[in-house]
Formats: sequence, structure tokens, C-alpha cells
Amino acid sequence: MGSYVLRRLLIAVPSLLGISVVLFTVLALAPGDPFEELALNPNVPAEVRDQLRKSFGLDDPVWQRYFRWLAAMLQGNWGYSFISRVDVDTLILQRVPVTLAIIGASQVLALAIALPVGILSAARPYSWFDRIASTLAFVGFSLPTFFTGLLLILLFSITLDWLPFVYRADISATGWQWWWEHIRQAIMPVAVLGLFQGASWMRYVRSAMLDVIRLDYVTTARSKGLAERVILLKHVVRNALIPVVTLVALQLPAVFGGAIVTEQIFRIPGIGSLLIDAILRNDTPVVMAVTFVFSCLVIVFNLIADLLYGWLDPRITYR
Amino acid sequence: MAGSIPASPTAERSGSAQPGGSGQPAPRRAAGGSPWAEAWRRFRRHKMALFSLVLLGLMVAAVVFGPLVWRHSIEEIDFTARLAGPSLAHPLGTDDLGRDILARVLYGGRISLAVGLAAMLMAIVVGVLIGAIAGISRGAVDTALMWLTDLFLSLPQLPLLLILIYLFRDSLKGMFGVELGTFVLIVAVIGGFRWMPVARLVRAQFFSLREKEFVEAARALGATVPRQVMRHILPNSLGPVIVAGTIDVAAAIIAESTLSFLGLGFPPDIPTWGRILFDAKDYLDIAPHWALFPGLAIFLTVLTINFVGDGLRDALDPRKVM
Repeated sequence: MGSYVLRRLLIAVPSLLGISVVLFTVLALAPGDPFEELALNPNVPAEVRDQLRKSFGLDDPVWQRYFRWLAAMLQGNWGYSFISRVDVDTLILQRVPVTLAIIGASQVLALAIALPVGILSAARPYSWFDRIASTLAFVGFSLPTFFTGLLLILLFSITLDWLPFVYRADISATGWQWWWEHIRQAIMPVAVLGLFQGASWMRYVRSAMLDVIRLDYVTTARSKGLAERVILLKHVVRNALIPVVTLVALQLPAVFGGAIVTEQIFRIPGIGSLLIDAILRNDTPVVMAVTFVFSCLVIVFNLIADLLYGWLDPRITYR
Repeated sequence: MAGSIPASPTAERSGSAQPGGSGQPAPRRAAGGSPWAEAWRRFRRHKMALFSLVLLGLMVAAVVFGPLVWRHSIEEIDFTARLAGPSLAHPLGTDDLGRDILARVLYGGRISLAVGLAAMLMAIVVGVLIGAIAGISRGAVDTALMWLTDLFLSLPQLPLLLILIYLFRDSLKGMFGVELGTFVLIVAVIGGFRWMPVARLVRAQFFSLREKEFVEAARALGATVPRQVMRHILPNSLGPVIVAGTIDVAAAIIAESTLSFLGLGFPPDIPTWGRILFDAKDYLDIAPHWALFPGLAIFLTVLTINFVGDGLRDALDPRKVM
């Protein structure tokens, strides 16, 4: 097991490097120059500008600049935000927990919807329950997150006035009150993300279940006289979950995309809204670092999915 | 693996078992029917898909011909009717400058649909190309292309979309003008992140079709590799690609709306659906109609496209797919 994890980690390294190359190439190809403003400033002579460019190594070949950037990133030197005047890594560390909490909670909600509904739908395909659930699933993943977010705000914050629609990080209450306030303001973002994911996962679960439920070993289990419940939960679900885990892992980049949108709608101070703010204010170091963090998160979760895969399917050997 | 259960639950249960994994669009033809007639017969059985096709057709017609009938300018400012709710003069109400929302939604629909179609075309072309190259040439080329595909699949798409638009917006605007520049950029970027599933599909199809008897026969008759691909393998692998393409249109429309909603899509004077929502979101308490109608337009378009895609899957793709 340990060596498998190690090997899998080693496979993740080239992917990370690949992503860093893509990121860096995008930035290197991009028009525009960090010293553009200096060029427009008549008080800065051309020699000073050239000197500055040289001291920052901007005239070096691209690959040298890439390796220097990579080395700096690896040493934890992620640069300095132009706007907030703080180190990028402190800025990101402040924001990551909120994002992870919201994403994590919404994924739990999505699974809590998708698993039971998908299993029940597949247990009785074409029943009324299945038809209604499948149609609702279609509706669910056709509703873009930004629209559901606005609808929920309209309903629960404006019309009913039950939930706050601006997420506050600085809640002064303590103890139970503090938890209650946090849960209250997280309900809508988590629901928006969770329902969207749950809808598409429900279809995956249903489809995977239908693939497995027709296999011979399930018929064998039935002919042994096992209870339908035992067959479904012990024999079918475990095998059906294997493709689902892969698909869930493949969907993760989309989940992070959805998180950016929800953070923007509800003004959640996570890394998604940090990214949008940084882009709108041309804060390049923050933009780079946040995108890189997103890539790392995707790869980490893919890794977790692979490990889960091995746990669900003992035919995959850890060697 | 494939049973008699079609992939979509909303379809009627089909009478005959579909042969699984044959890879051909219409494995068993009805007497005298072309493969397309057979596909249409199967598509019609999916009631929701048929209904969605009609609704989608109506919406496309409204967007294409609507501005010719509803002759309100999208720029016409009328301060006496600011943020007015739906009325006879303005069926969908007005926005904060008193502009007619119906006219803006119709105009925005043209852009959203055009972006969706163009991005889908780009995704399909790139995906088929890469998938076909990988599928026909085994070995190192295949491995390298699949590594690239997997790399693209694990990129965080929305952040990268945002970055690319942020970085390249100005230079493309200079090259093609504001509207066309943004259009080209958004289509290229969205299409550039959606080709991977198509490439994988095409590659898998190529792998199975390449070994089929009819291809072997063509090879035995001395058909060159390009001819094998163009005449024999590719046409037979298009079914799943069409299905994926349909769903890609919906995904591209959502992507474009998301970008516009985040304020990073089309410039403010071009009212795409996402952009109208972006402008409307701060007036949600006093003018909810402003946000509701473009949102509904996005939702209905995406929903109907998804249902049509589901129906096409039953019609064209006998294999069991997600």
C-alpha cells in the first residue's frame, strides 16, 4: 500500500510539471509587460527601465525564466500581491480553508443525494420514482450555478428573509451562536453546488448500477435467495461505485469552477473570489498562484480517487 | 454489458434488445429504411427529446427572427420606464436604463447560441483530429497524445479560461475589433477546453473499428490508411461524436454565460444572457424580472439541448454510455 501511494505520488509529479509548463507558457505568450507602466512614465529614463528588466531577468530566454520561477515556487516564494501588499502564500492560506469547507460540504450533500436516489432509481428502472428523479436530475444539471444562486437569494433572502446572502468571515458571536451563524450563511452556497453536482452524479450512479445489476453474479445472488436489499447494497453498489469514483474525480475541475461562481455570488472570501478580484485588478502573482493551487487541488483529489478505487476494487493490486 | 435498457430513463422502453458494442450507428436496418430514418424512428420514441427539439426550434427561431419582428432597439434608453415590470409595451420589463429586456434577451440569444455552436465545432474538430491520430497510430504517438488529453482533463478549466481571457483580451480586440475579437477568444478558449472527451471517444471507437472485418477487407483491397480512415472508420464512429457535440453546445453556452456573469466575457454594451444576469444581480430585490428572464432563457436552452442530446444518444449510439 505504502509503495503504491509513493508510486502514485511520483506519477502526479509530471502532471504538476505539465500544468506548470502550461501556466507559464500562457503567461510568457501573453502580450503586455510588467514594466509597461514604467515605459509610459516620462520620469523614468529608458536606461533605468532596461536595468530593471535585466535585474529581474526579463530578457533571459523563456526556459531559464521558467526554471527560475519553478525553483522559487518550490521554495515557497510565491511572490507578492501588487494590490494587498502581502505575500501571496499568506493571502492564499487565509482563503483556502473557507473554499475547502464549502466544497467539501457540498460534495457530501451531493453524494447524500446522488447515492440513495441513483440506487433507488436503478433498483426499479422506469418506475414513477425513476422517471421523476431522472427528469429532476436533468433539470438540476441544466440549471447553471449562477442562476440557481440568484434564485435562492431571491427566494430565501429577499422574499422570505430567512438566510443572509452575504457571507461574513468576521462573525463576532462565540460558541454555539458562532457555529449557527456560520451554518446559516453556508446553507445556500453549499446547496447550490451540492444540488448541481448531485444531479449529474445521480445519473452516473443510476447508469453504473444498471450496468452491474444485469450481471450473472447478481442473478446468482438472487437465486441463492438473498434479500433484495442485501443484493443491492452489498453486491451491486460496491461494484457500481468503481466507475462512479472515476467520473467523480474527472468532474472535479468543474466542481472548482462552480465554486468560483458561488463564491462570487455569495461573496465568500475563498480562493475563487480571490482569483476573480486579482484578475479584475491585474494582480498577476496572485492569479498565477491561485491557478496553481487549483491545479494542485485537482491533482490531490485525483490521487485520493485513485486510492479509493483500489479500496473499492481489490482486483487492482497495490504493487 | 449492454442490456435492453437504453441509456436514458426518460425514453420509452424499446421493444427489441439493442446489440451492444457493435459501433455502427444503425446495426439492424428496417427493410427499406436508411440508417437516418432508423435513427429518427428511435429518436421519436424519446418523448422528452422530441418535445425539447420542438421547444428548442421555437427558441432558435425566436432568437433568429425575433429582432426582425420585435423592433425595439437594445440601446433605446427610456428613463420614464426604469426597472419596470412586465407590461404590454415591454413584455419582459425594462432594466435600470429603461431598455427593453425582451429585445436584449433576443439579441443576447444570438450571441449565446453562436458561441455555443462555434465552440462545439471547434471542440469536435480538434477532438476528432487528435482522437483519430491517436487511434490510428499506436505506440508513442498514441501515448503522447493521451497524456496530453489527460493533462488537459486535469487542468482547472474555469480559472484557466479566466486567465486566458484576462491576458489575451486586449490584443485580440486590437486584431479583430471589440465584438469579433471577444467572440474569437471566447470560442477558442471554450472549444480548446472541451475537446478531450471527444478525443477519447473517437480513439476508443477507432480501436474497436480498426479490427473489424469491413476495415480489414478494405485494407486487403489495398486501401491506403487515409482512405480507410475517411471512408470506413470515421463515418462509423460519428454517432457518439454527434451526441457529445450536442451536449457540448449546452456546456459551451453555460461556460460563456459564466464568463459573462463573472464580468469577464463580452463587453458591457453587448448583452449576452450571462451579461444581462451580471448587470441584474445587484437589482435582485427591486427588479427580479430582470434576472429571471435571461436566466430562464439559459436554463431552457441548456435543458432542451441536453434532452435532445439524450434522445440522440438513444438514436445514434447503441452502446451504453453515460
